Amino acid sequence: MGIYDIAFWILTVIAIGCALGVILSRNPINSVLFLIATFFAISGHYLLLNAQFLAIVNIIVYAGAIMVLFLFVIMLMNLNADVEPQKGRLVQLAGVVSGGALLLVLLAALRTAKYPTLESTPNEIGLIQNLGKVLFTQYVLPFEISSVLFLSAMIGAIVIGKKEDSTHSA
Amino acid sequence: MLLLQVDMAFLIEKILLITVILFGSLGIAMYATWGERKVAAVMQDRLGPDRAGPFGLLQPLADGLKLFMKEEIIPDRSTKFLFILGPCLSMLTALMTSAIVPWGPDFVAASGHIFTLQVADINIGVLYVFGVVSLGVYGIMLGGWASNNKFSLLSSIRSASQAISYELPMGISLIALLMMTGTLSLREIVQQQHGFWADGYFSWNFFKQPLGFIIFLTCSFAELNRAPFDLPECESELNMGYHQEYSSMKLGFYLFAEYINLFVSSAILITLFFGGYNFPFMDQVATGLNSPILFTLICVLAFMTKVICMILFFMFVRWTLPRFRFDQLMKLGWKSLIPLALVNMLITAAVILLFFNKP
Repeated sequence: MGIYDIAFWILTVIAIGCALGVILSRNPINSVLFLIATFFAISGHYLLLNAQFLAIVNIIVYAGAIMVLFLFVIMLMNLNADVEPQKGRLVQLAGVVSGGALLLVLLAALRTAKYPTLESTPNEIGLIQNLGKVLFTQYVLPFEISSVLFLSAMIGAIVIGKKEDSTHSA
Repeated sequence: MLLLQVDMAFLIEKILLITVILFGSLGIAMYATWGERKVAAVMQDRLGPDRAGPFGLLQPLADGLKLFMKEEIIPDRSTKFLFILGPCLSMLTALMTSAIVPWGPDFVAASGHIFTLQVADINIGVLYVFGVVSLGVYGIMLGGWASNNKFSLLSSIRSASQAISYELPMGISLIALLMMTGTLSLREIVQQQHGFWADGYFSWNFFKQPLGFIIFLTCSFAELNRAPFDLPECESELNMGYHQEYSSMKLGFYLFAEYINLFVSSAILITLFFGGYNFPFMDQVATGLNSPILFTLICVLAFMTKVICMILFFMFVRWTLPRFRFDQLMKLGWKSLIPLALVNMLITAAVILLFFNKP
């Protein structure tokens, strides 16, 4: 077992442990913190795959921006374990049924899936030069379309924000 | 697996370098607190600290000792784990950025071994800085929230929204710079700014991207929570800010992390815009000296001189300009700096496309 495998197993344990922590912890703040730790472990996996750009973008976008906003909202609403609304029996039952159905679907899909093994030769696609070239030549159309999607989401957010403002002042 | 092979000599060299950089940044941050008080004193026509040692030079040590000796109080209603985690994270993220700063040029020892004065030359250098900067806000947010104090919470939320808002223009202003350099590696960016004058123009990026520099500098003030953007610790509105409930060395960590951030971000600014360790006539000096170690030392000295000038500039601004109001801060970030940075990016792209387009 080389240092690569050791790093892989440590990261895997952290990732799965923290992912479990996200759903098991009662306090929403702790959930967010566990999620941040999970993102870090996943970034570590990207690094092991030699995808430095993906690793750092994962940290900047998810851990650095989106999770800060999550934390922001939770702190402002001051959610705590004791103010968490208790769900009724029926809702709990529905949750169990839908979760079980999802498990069934996943099992059915995974049963026949093939597991390609990772190539041991260093692969350069995750480096920023190669990724940029691929994105702006081979996949330029999907790339531009997704940017339009983001733009529409931004405009949507502004529209929603504006609406609230006008009703307050009126 | 060839990706991560451990080489003992390499490991020892890096650990030594990390230790030197770590203690160097701590030392400089210590004396930055002294410098700040002296600058404030000079600008307000006072003497400043002058009791401990000559010129008050032992004052930072006395302050540190005082903070260590103070009673440690953890508020009863706080979230204890996060309360302790907050200052630790602040300190950690402050120290992490220094890993990719190229402190000096490589030098080749007599044995042929090449020493690099940079802990890690990663090909995503500038993005790494962004990653760490975007994490820096967690220390403040968690500490402020865990204190269970309304003022701390308000202050940490201010700090988070300020950091998120100013990261955008900062990133966009850097895109213009990166389009010019064509690389993300800080080491290559410094090497491209070799000397002072090349091909009939200044080689430092400041002269090629003056607007980008001003935007980046303004955003660094905001990211550092320094005056005129020090709203997270605005005494007149928030008592003391996010570290209100902290005492003893935990408070010291928060205050100290700010000065380490000041030092490291000055180093990044110098690296990106003012040529890093390059100085005018460095080629002549290198051939005249004919001693690679001495030359490297001079380069490091040049770099540190520039960094100290930058830190002094930050201090002069702090004691000159009054504090902004929070809505003014947001307006400046979203309505002036982002459009300005976008225009700068477009102009840079057009110029590169029209005049420097090498097929």
